[in-house]
Amino acid sequence: MSAELGHFALILALFVAIVQATLPLIGAQRNYAPWIALSKPTAYCQFALVAISFASLTHLHVTSDFSVLNVVQNSHTAKPMLYKIAGVWGNHEGSLLLWVQILSLFGAAVALFGANLPPAFRSRVLAVQAMIAVGFYLFILITSNPFERIMPPPLNGRDLNPLLQDMGLALHPPMLYLGYVGFSIAFSFAIAALIEGRVDAAWARWVRPWTLAAWMFLTAGNALGSWWAYYELGWGGWWFWDPVENASFMPWLAGTALLHSAVVVEKRDTLKGWTVLLAIIAFSMSLLGTFLVRSGVLTSVHAFATDPARGVFILALLIIVIGGSLALFAWRGPQLKSGGLFQPISREGALLFNNLGMTVAAAAVLLGTLYPLFLDAIGGSKISVGAPFFNAVFIPLMIPLIIAMAIGPLLNWKRGDLIPALTRLKLVFLISIVAGAATWAMEMDGPFMGVIGIALAVWLGASTLAELAGRIHLFRAGPAETLRRLGRVPRATWGMTLGHFGLALAIAGMTGAASWKVESIQAMKPGEMVNVGGYEFTFDGAQQGKGPNYDIVTGKFTVRRDGEKVVDMLAEKRIYPVRNMPTTEAAIHTMISGDLYAVIGDPEGADGAYVTRLYFNPLVVWMWIGAIVMVLGGAISVTDVRHRIGVPHRRRPATAAKPAEA
Amino acid sequence: MVGHISAIEDQGAAYGNEPKKSRLVFIIPIVLFSVIAVAFAVGLTLDPRKLPSMLIGKTVPDFDLPPVEGRKLGMSDEDLKGQVSLVNVWASWCKECRAEHPLLMDLAERGVVPIHGLNYKDKPVDAQNWLDNLGDPYARTGADRDGRVAIDWGVYGVPETFVVDQNGKIVYKHIGALSASIFDEKILPVITELNGNAGRVSQ
Amino acid sequence: MKSRILFLALVIFLIPAQGFAVSPDEVLDDPVLEERAREISKGLRCLVCQNQSIDDSDAGLARDLRLLVRERLVAGDSDEEVVNYIVSRYGEFVLLRPPFKLGTLVLWLGPLFLVLIGLVSIVIFFRRNREAVDRKKATVLPLSDMEQRRLRKILKERVT
Repeated sequence: MSAELGHFALILALFVAIVQATLPLIGAQRNYAPWIALSKPTAYCQFALVAISFASLTHLHVTSDFSVLNVVQNSHTAKPMLYKIAGVWGNHEGSLLLWVQILSLFGAAVALFGANLPPAFRSRVLAVQAMIAVGFYLFILITSNPFERIMPPPLNGRDLNPLLQDMGLALHPPMLYLGYVGFSIAFSFAIAALIEGRVDAAWARWVRPWTLAAWMFLTAGNALGSWWAYYELGWGGWWFWDPVENASFMPWLAGTALLHSAVVVEKRDTLKGWTVLLAIIAFSMSLLGTFLVRSGVLTSVHAFATDPARGVFILALLIIVIGGSLALFAWRGPQLKSGGLFQPISREGALLFNNLGMTVAAAAVLLGTLYPLFLDAIGGSKISVGAPFFNAVFIPLMIPLIIAMAIGPLLNWKRGDLIPALTRLKLVFLISIVAGAATWAMEMDGPFMGVIGIALAVWLGASTLAELAGRIHLFRAGPAETLRRLGRVPRATWGMTLGHFGLALAIAGMTGAASWKVESIQAMKPGEMVNVGGYEFTFDGAQQGKGPNYDIVTGKFTVRRDGEKVVDMLAEKRIYPVRNMPTTEAAIHTMISGDLYAVIGDPEGADGAYVTRLYFNPLVVWMWIGAIVMVLGGAISVTDVRHRIGVPHRRRPATAAKPAEA
Repeated sequence: MVGHISAIEDQGAAYGNEPKKSRLVFIIPIVLFSVIAVAFAVGLTLDPRKLPSMLIGKTVPDFDLPPVEGRKLGMSDEDLKGQVSLVNVWASWCKECRAEHPLLMDLAERGVVPIHGLNYKDKPVDAQNWLDNLGDPYARTGADRDGRVAIDWGVYGVPETFVVDQNGKIVYKHIGALSASIFDEKILPVITELNGNAGRVSQ
Repeated sequence: MKSRILFLALVIFLIPAQGFAVSPDEVLDDPVLEERAREISKGLRCLVCQNQSIDDSDAGLARDLRLLVRERLVAGDSDEEVVNYIVSRYGEFVLLRPPFKLGTLVLWLGPLFLVLIGLVSIVIFFRRNREAVDRKKATVLPLSDMEQRRLRKILKERVT
């Protein structure tokens, strides 16, 4: 009964979406208020129906209803409840249902919180949302129905892939989809603006909170994925330039560029074409990711089961949505009238530079990801484009950007002065050089990129703090004045400060993890000791055990430094009998300076010896802290009251020039 | 009054004859996307995991392997000269090999073409049982226990089937299980042509 | 550990990439050679995995290739010779760093090309800006004497 209910709700949602996609749009065109007003209730209705469908599927999984194929393929009675729920989206069909759930959630949110938008505009936005939804509902109902029954029902299911039975990975898709799919709002805003033929400061202000929200979630989702890979895969890797990883990184790059570009539209009424294009690109990259994961066109660790019919359908969807939006852009883009002007050296100029950097970076990642396919398609040889290419291309692109990130916030709007800005950064520059030199002194045998990375991280971090210090007149005015100014810093500025500072922390973490990792692989007998990066790991032996749906071997290590005990570590190796798959649960001890990381492998020989892999991963925790800080920055920025202002009206310009504002 | 100039600067289009924005620039994104879409469409027909063989047109690598347990004839590169043959890479632990086995038996019985078996990373007992129980379609077998010979052949999975000509040159490689239709459409024509060219230098 | 090798669009599960990759029995005695082996392995793709190097993967073929790389190094091959040995059997697909050749010109030069186009566009953008400003300035009425005096006065105030 649940399955049929869920299925039916989805069909109803499709019809509601069709209504939402057509009538409000016509209403906005013809200025027919009743049809414009339809967009709100249909958005709520769609959300409710999809929620019913999603709840049904969850219910089926939770109750282990093995008459439903999706449950059979992905669940098992012995699976812990948390993963029974996570299993709902741990497969192709269920994850698509999550996709439309979040799509309709954002649509309903626009309906609910979009009171500051002009009704016609809002109805166009919701209409575009609904169009996307229609495509996905059709995709689900025609090729990927999660509610298919299986007769006769087997006694038990095939269990969820053990790798997915993990907290981090359970949260990763919802977080990522909130990001990916969240960019659909920016996309809808862009399409609505193109339809109306007008992009203005108001539009830029409206689009910002939605883009920020999506950006926050995408940052968190990517970080979660990396964090999961780090602790689960057993050797401390956290980014592999895998096609699907790239597919969730490119929207992030485009989204970051969009956030910055929208500021220029708001301030100066220019760069409209670029900003609208970025909004389209960000969501297009999300759709591209959907295609790559589910079509089998590229090999990837993330690939779901492939099926040619699905691939064709998604490609059709891609062509209609992306092709349609870019065609609209080609047609209406030239009509966007540009307003203000600014000097190359100015805050806007810096933002334009950021635009360039992020876009080229995203394009480079896209090129590398799709190139094997291109070459194969035109009959060339089969090649691989792996991490060496991406690192060689991406890092050099980022370096000038990071340097510029320190200078940009110090420039005035419209007409900035480079020399005063650089003068203010004298101390920061010095500190960065010292940090780089200190790093080199400590790790003379390490890669030089490591020194550069730390210097850049310090440059960015210190300059961000310096900018804040300047803003609150730290050390220049009394403490009372400083505190008062601190309280008056706008939230959007906090967003920038935390965003940039978080990035600096993350860069430090990435540099450490990539440059000075210490690895030691050996067979250890109980009682043996190995020195890894100054830490002494003593293997205390292994024990067998049993978990809810797996068998365990637990290895214990005692870690000492200079004779003093640091920590006990318990590393596990699990075997999940249903799928006969092993997983590693590394023991990780996190410190400021780095992580101690221990993995227990297979037994070796007869005297209780086991293969062990021991690592010291420097500075890793800073990656996760940096990501959290960035997300925090986004969260604070979203709540800025100024975003809730409705359609602004031009005030008479003041006589004297105002001091530079965020 | 003083604000006059900057106000004019701000209200760009309201005042000026602004040059017409180049329409061309706005068309670039959709053009690029079209290229990508075409590539995807073609890509859907390709399999990214199938690697074309590097050994096509080259002589078989030097090797000399003992037979699988219970068989008499081993396999070496010399043995592959003198007639057109198939070299089938298989293992007892491979499901797909099971699927293509009946076809191989049929081909062997009909004497269409000699088939030799390269046994890849198998336990001797397992390989022996497989052939004893299911039937042995192979004229010669080579037990490649550690898979090193297979690496020389560019093998990266099982099953794979090579067509070798009279001079010991590898002419064609099929990845994955054979089926009757694949054999008739792809492999048989190659064999027929090679046999027709007997006496002439092939390729 | 047996490895099962899937083909022909069988359901692709997440292949358990546990990084059980290099085991102690593979490690060479000579640390210099071992280091070279690790570096070379990191650049070679595991053909039966999804996007991993043979250094990271625990598939059977990956292990075989790791052992092969070490064997060739011990036999005295240079890094390039070892890589060519593998490429001659499996093709350039096995290189994680795409080779620089005619077919990959667009790939390697693309990003640079994009940067150049970006910079040129920015230059054009600012040039158009300046032209627009000049055009606007041409339509501005010149200031009267009184206006000029007021202007000077205000500018002086601004500086102090």
